[in-house]
Formats: sequence, structure tokens, C-alpha cells
Amino acid sequence: MKLTVWTYEGPPHVGAMRVATGMKGLHYVLHAPQGDTYADLLFTMIERRNHRPPVTYTTFQARDLGSDTAHLFKTACLEAYDRFQPEAIIVGASCTAELIQDDPGGMSETLGLPVPAIPLELPSYQRKENFGADETFYQIVKTLAKPVEKTARVTANLIGPTGLGFRHRDDITEVTGLLMEMGVEVNVVAPMTARPSDIARLGAAHFNVLMYPETAETAARWMEREFDQPYTKTVPIGVGATLDFVAEVAKLAGVEPKLDETRLRMPWYSASVDSTYLTGKRVFLFGDGTHVAACARIARNEMGFEVVGLGCYNREQARLIRSVAKDFGVEPLITDDYLEVERRIEELAPELILGTQMERHIGKRLGIPCAVISAPVHVQDFPARYSPQMGIEGANVIFDTWVHPLVMGLEEHLLTMFREDFEFYDEAGASHHGHKAKPRPVEDTRPGLDPGPQVATNSEAPDQVRGTGSIEVVWLPAAEKELKKIPFFVRGKARRNTETFAAERGVAEISVDTLYEAKAHYAR
Amino acid sequence: MTDRFAPPPSRGCSNTPVLKERGQHEVFCGLTGIIWLHRKMQDAFFLVVGSRTCAHLLQSAAGVMIFAEPRFATAVLEETDLAGMADAQEELDRVVTELLQRRPDIKQLFLVGSCPSEVIKLDLAKAAERMSAQFAPHVRVLNYSGSGIETTFTQGEDACLAAMVPVLPASDARELLLVGALPDVVEEQAIGLLEAMGIGPIRVLPAPNRDSEYGVGPNTVFALTQPFLTDTHAALGRRGARHIAAPFPFGEEGTTQWLWAIAQEFGVSPEKFAEVTEKPRARARKAIAQASEVLNGGSVFFFPDSQLEIPLARFLTRECGMQAIEVGAPFIHREIMTPDLDLLADGPTLAEGQDVDKQLERCRAARPNLTVCGLGLANPLEAEGMTTKWAIELVFTPVHFYEQAGDLAGLFSRPLRRRALLQQEAAE
Ligand code: SF4
Ligand code: SF4
Repeated sequence: MKLTVWTYEGPPHVGAMRVATGMKGLHYVLHAPQGDTYADLLFTMIERRNHRPPVTYTTFQARDLGSDTAHLFKTACLEAYDRFQPEAIIVGASCTAELIQDDPGGMSETLGLPVPAIPLELPSYQRKENFGADETFYQIVKTLAKPVEKTARVTANLIGPTGLGFRHRDDITEVTGLLMEMGVEVNVVAPMTARPSDIARLGAAHFNVLMYPETAETAARWMEREFDQPYTKTVPIGVGATLDFVAEVAKLAGVEPKLDETRLRMPWYSASVDSTYLTGKRVFLFGDGTHVAACARIARNEMGFEVVGLGCYNREQARLIRSVAKDFGVEPLITDDYLEVERRIEELAPELILGTQMERHIGKRLGIPCAVISAPVHVQDFPARYSPQMGIEGANVIFDTWVHPLVMGLEEHLLTMFREDFEFYDEAGASHHGHKAKPRPVEDTRPGLDPGPQVATNSEAPDQVRGTGSIEVVWLPAAEKELKKIPFFVRGKARRNTETFAAERGVAEISVDTLYEAKAHYAR
Repeated sequence: MTDRFAPPPSRGCSNTPVLKERGQHEVFCGLTGIIWLHRKMQDAFFLVVGSRTCAHLLQSAAGVMIFAEPRFATAVLEETDLAGMADAQEELDRVVTELLQRRPDIKQLFLVGSCPSEVIKLDLAKAAERMSAQFAPHVRVLNYSGSGIETTFTQGEDACLAAMVPVLPASDARELLLVGALPDVVEEQAIGLLEAMGIGPIRVLPAPNRDSEYGVGPNTVFALTQPFLTDTHAALGRRGARHIAAPFPFGEEGTTQWLWAIAQEFGVSPEKFAEVTEKPRARARKAIAQASEVLNGGSVFFFPDSQLEIPLARFLTRECGMQAIEVGAPFIHREIMTPDLDLLADGPTLAEGQDVDKQLERCRAARPNLTVCGLGLANPLEAEGMTTKWAIELVFTPVHFYEQAGDLAGLFSRPLRRRALLQQEAAE
């Protein structure tokens, strides 16, 4: 039994729904109680889909248990076929149905449906949403994809995009464009946009572009074995990764690498002087393994940030994240416990979080800016405008998105200069954000006056005693006051550096001198 | 007192045959009630014993309201619990002990059953009893089921309140008990009006915290503020308390009838009643008239959701000039619903249970001006050109009593006003 407050991933049948909802002409018959229909709203509300997910829930009740749940399943299956006339059906059980062991797969075989019925075994008490999507797509491919002749021209399949995916809709367009420039046509995009009849001709492509290993890696490996289709290992998120991807595709397709960079603005934006202030900003990354690994590279190499920590919630990618963490010299955090992530962020006190919907809320609570880089996301991360993460435009979008929550460069300099001014002071917030500026408490502005007991600002932990390693370090009041004079967006870093500096030297009390000694020590 | 309203219909819906359907439902389970209950009871914690699905449901229903540490959580059953490798009761003890250590502010803990915990027959009543003994007097542990195989959406609140009734102390005091978890502002308005008539003492179930609890007994009379509280109604009956039957307090008419039923019980004179209610009634009337301009003459179709459908159909037909085509409810409890059914003119189809695909066909064929439905159906229907009101907002928003009557009408009129407002084609 595990106490869970918020979850990064839903149950595996939600992963199956993401595959089914992305596809067309496929129907999912799910043996489940009525309350499980909540999952529809993920698609109709969060993703704003204009149609119901193609899912029939058998809706068994307590009074059906032990008597007639199997019959209910059969009826639901037959009626769903009659009503929706799908080209194929997937069948499975939710967590509750798994316990009553009706065997939907076995039953569906006996129904004599005129279309393939694909049984799903998704262990609800062991695995989660991403596994569910990956396994479902694999089963669909395994059942429906047949060996076919390769297309005359060089083609590729794009595999991985699903319903409810973070920017999958726009990544498809972007990657299709990247391939087109090199003369590689797209054979099938799946699961998103594909019909079961399209799945049947997956084998015609010369290779696969594995866009999201989370949802399609098992299928990619199977097709590599069965159809002799190699698949791409680079996920083209970021400028460097996009260039690597182009090179990888060129090799697989036997063509010249080609990338039209006329619309690529990200490297210049990052190099221009207004971005100087981004240098060494301490960032923490958390999300699914694929996005975190790609974004860590961008953060360090393309934005000039300092990555102080990273991790992922999906254990399937733990290996990848461990190796990335090793390369970055940080401790990887592999967990799906929201509270553990929050603790780590509090400990590291980064200046920017790159995370999911959950970290957005952690950031809000701790007063740390956050940009979203990975599922799970909420309605505002399904924007109306074109905003991919992959390819050239993806890089541009990422620059804008990550910089947005921060105070602008020029503004940061001005704030540092005028930080004693009572109106133009740091916690008034960034000028491009809609929030109301908080006026500075009056007593703060008068030098020499004891400000009295102060409520700690939300960007710092309220306690004055913090453990760093084995030594307890205490802030003397004067040093604490001096710390407050440092602009809030670098204060967390100053606090941490000073504490580390003190702890390393066995200094138990931090004075104003310690603060400035540490500052000199870390000056770059 | 109710002379201002249209006379009751010569034929209400009390005897209308009900269309009973059995097929796919498109509704939440009772766990959802935790989202508003935990805000209402400030010293309570709700621990769902269930699966990852249950945790995900709570999270999805809570939407963006992600608090750092809300007063609810799910003890997710794992393979080891199911395979009998770990004793589920012992595991539960461990989880609860840890939780209570971390949250010393908790004074009541609800163990909430789910489909998986019921299917494996995990006895939460036994667990609650054992834990109550262990953690008394500081923490009281109760249990109820919010499972989707037993409860639909708002029935979770009913099950929770019903679980609290047996542990209330016995009392012979003549007191009025208002039953139902309402937003504070609404609750205070109701109490204000009743006290102005000289009625009291007034108690509320659920009480905001354990310290403000009271007793019940044969001299307790109670009024329900929500139509889905049928088990709670029965539980209070078993304690000897008596129910004051009335239409539910939605709109000017519902609120007036509801208050008048209580006023009569406490011997309030018609003059006093008029004096207290006159001004808020006039305000409600005016607000409804303004908000319901676009509703007037339109038709409405209800998909089953919260059990509020019948009282709301009564409000929309009698006070906003609408015509009801179908009123679907997950359950129709005659005993509690009769006063509202009497006022709802015969005509609409009354449906209980659901077969969502068939119901969608009826709805498309009827082309109502407004469809009241759940979140899973709203956008798909809008995309087909139908105007919808998502029903869950009716449960989360303050809509009871006089001062909210205009807001209630506004919840229904806004989607229609919006559709009329948007002009998204070229000028020529
Ligand atoms: S319907 Fe059952 S399994 Fe599903 S969320 Fe509700 S209680 Fe949990
Ligand atoms: S401006 Fe403020 S509210 Fe708007 S997105 Fe940025 S942080 Fe959020």
C-alpha cells in the first residue's frame, strides 16, 4: 500500500485510451465501473477534443458482481461494434475488472466479431499510464501490421504521438517538415491520426522515427526485428539534438543531411546581450525521461544555465536519466512521489524549474519560476497557436517559454541598481506578468531601523536553522538582514552558496562577513 | 406565503412513468465528493483505499486546484496487498499511523472505500473501529464507501454524512438541523434568515469541525439542503429526528417554500415570515428576471449527474420560462423528491439510470436550446452545434437561496448568451 497525493501518471488503461483516442476507426471496450468514465474529461476538457474518446465502459455495478459481469461485457462489446463500426477493437479491464477476472480478451474471441479484437493485458496494480500506451500500441502493431513491400521512394513512419501528449500535435508537423527537406516522405503517423488500415502498412516504410520512446519503443523494436526497419535514437528537441537528428536520418535514408535554418532564431536570442543574465542560472528539471534528457542538454549547452538537479517519474527511463545525471555531475531523482520532488527542489533552491504541471504548483508554493517541459500538463499547455517542442520552431518556442517566467534581462539589471527604491523593488515582480505588484513594506526602506519580526518571503524556507550535511548552520540576524537586500531571484543561490561555504569550513554561525566571503569565493 | 407564484400544475410529475435505462453511464463515482467535503470540514482527512485510478480521478476532478498537501490522499493497493503477501489491514494501520504522525491537526479521519477495496472485501468498518480505539480521543475514525459500483457522484457526500450520524451524541433538545455541505456564504444566509424569524438553535451537518458538534434525538427536526441526501435522511430518522419535507431551496419559489415549511414547524407567523423574506425575495425575483431573459421560451435537456436535475428543472420551468424535454437523474427517490415533482408540470420524459448512447440520440433528435451534461459530453455536443451547461459547476458553485438565485439562472443563460455573442464568420 502506498500513500499517494498527486500522481504523475494515470493507470495503464488511461495509456490505452490515449492510443485509442489518437487513432481513428478504432474502438476500446473497457470493462470498468461507471466512475472510471472520468477519464473522458481528460480528452474533452484538458485537450479540448471535440468528440468523445472512442471508449465504451461496461459500467458494472455492485449488484452485478458474481452474477452477470461477463454477460455485460459481451453485450457492451457487440453493441459498440454495431454502433461505431470500427475497423478493429481493443478490449481490456480497468483496475476493478482485473480483480473480478472476467477475461475480456478471451470473451471477445468468442463473440465472432467481423473485425480483429485485440486483447490488452495491462497490470493495473504494477504498471502505469506510459506503460499502458506503449503496450497497447505494441499489441495493435503486432496484430495488424503485416509484412509488405517497401515503398519505392524513401519513407519513414513517425511513431509515438498519442492523445493528451505534450505538444504531439505540433511536433508531428515539425518533424514531417524536417524529413521533407531531406526528401524523405512520411508513410504513416501512428498512433495519432492512424486508422487500423494504416497500421497494416507500417512495414512499407524504410525506417521509423521514434518520436516518444515512452509510448512507442516496444513497437519500434518489434518492427526493427520483423520488418527490418531501423529506428532513430535522437529525439529532436533543441538545436543540437535537431542537428544530430538530421544527421541520423540522413544516414538511415542514405541522403545528404539538410536543415533549413532561416527560421531558427533561438541561438541568436540566447547569444544576444539581453540574455547575459541567464548565465549560470540554477535550474532543476523533472518530467518524463525523454523530455528531461533533451531539455537538460538545452539548458546547459544552449541557454548557459547551470543544471543543479534532474530526474524523471517514469522508471522505464531511469537508466537514461542516471546516465545524463552522471554526465552533469548531479544526483538523479527517480520517483513518482510528488512530495519527494518538492523536498528536493526546496533543498536545491533553484532559480528556475523546468517540469510538469506538478512542478508548476511546487514552484508557485515556493515562489520559484517554472516552465513546463513535459506531461502531465493542464489545459493551458494545449495552446491554440502552433507551438511544437521539436525541430527549429520547437527550439524557438522553448527559448520563449523558458525565459517568460523570469524577469527580463534589462529589467534584472535595473532592479539590482534600484533595489532600495520602495516602488521599483525586486519583489514587485516582472513587468510583463499580470500579477499586481506588492508594495514594499514601509519599515524595510528605512536604513538602520530594526524591521522587527518578519515573515519570511515565500521564496525561502521560514526556518533560520538549516542543515547542510552534518553541521547545523545558523544565520545571525544581521546577516539575515543583509541577505534580504539581495534581489529575490538570486537570493536562493546566495543563501545556499553561503551555507555550503560555511559548512565546508566548519563555521556554525553566518555573519555578514561570512556572507561576503562566500560571495567572493564563488565570484565568477 | 406562496401566493405570488404560478399555481401548482394540475398534473405534476409525481405519477409520470419513469424511463429506466441500463447501459453505459457517463458519471463520476462517489469519491468525487471529497473535493468539496474536505474544504468544508477543516479538521478532517479523507483517505481513499483504492487504486491508481481512484487517485487519478480525484486529481482530475480537482483540476487545477492542486494544493501542496490537500487533506485527502489515496492509499494505493499494490500487487503485494492483493496477492495476500501483505496483510492489507496491517498495511492500512501503517499508512494511517504515519499519516496521523505527520498531520497532528487531523481530528477526524474518513476511510473511504472504493471499487477495488470492496471487490477484495477489505473491511474498512472493522479498520475504523480498531483505529478509533487506538487514536481516541484525539482522532475519530469513520468509514464510508465512495465506490463507483455503489455510488454515483453526489451519493458520496450522502454516504459520508450518513456515516457521521450514528456517532453524534444523543440529545433531547428541540433543535433545527440543516443537512448538506454548502459553501459558507450560502449557509450563513440561510441561518441568518431563519434566525431573523426567531428560529433556533440551528445546527449544521457537516459541522465545520468536531468541536462544534451537537446531539440529535426525537426533538430534532431537520431540513435537507441537497436532494441527494437520502441515506442521511434515513440515518437521522433512525435517531428519531423528523424531516421537514419541502421543495429544495433553488430560486425564489424553492427557497420560499423551503423556508416556509420550516417556519410553520416553528410557529412563525405569516407576517413575520413576510417581513423577513420580502426584501431578499424581491431581489431574487429581479435578478432571475434579468438573467433569465434568454432562457425564456427555450427548451432544456438534462443528462443524469448530481440528482439536482429535478429541482433545477422545476426552477427553470417555473421561474425562467423554459420547457423541459427530458430530465435524467441517476436516481429518483420519491420520498424526498415528491414536493419538487408535484411542482414540475407533466410533460418531460423522466429518466432514471442511463444508457448514454441512446440518450445522446434522443438529445440530438430533440435539439434542445440548452443541454445540461457532464464534462465528458459538453465539448463534443458543442462541436455538434448544441449549447451546453456542464453540470458539475452546479455542485461546486453557490446556487442555493435568494441571493444566489440570479447566479443560478445566470449559469444556464451564460452559454446561450455566449453562443449568440460570438460572430466568427467574415463580415461579408
Ligand atoms: S469508479 Fe471505482 S475504481 Fe473508478 S475511481 Fe471510482 S472508486 Fe475508483
Ligand atoms: S504572466 Fe503571470 S500569469 Fe501569465 S503566464 Fe506568466 S506567470 Fe502565469
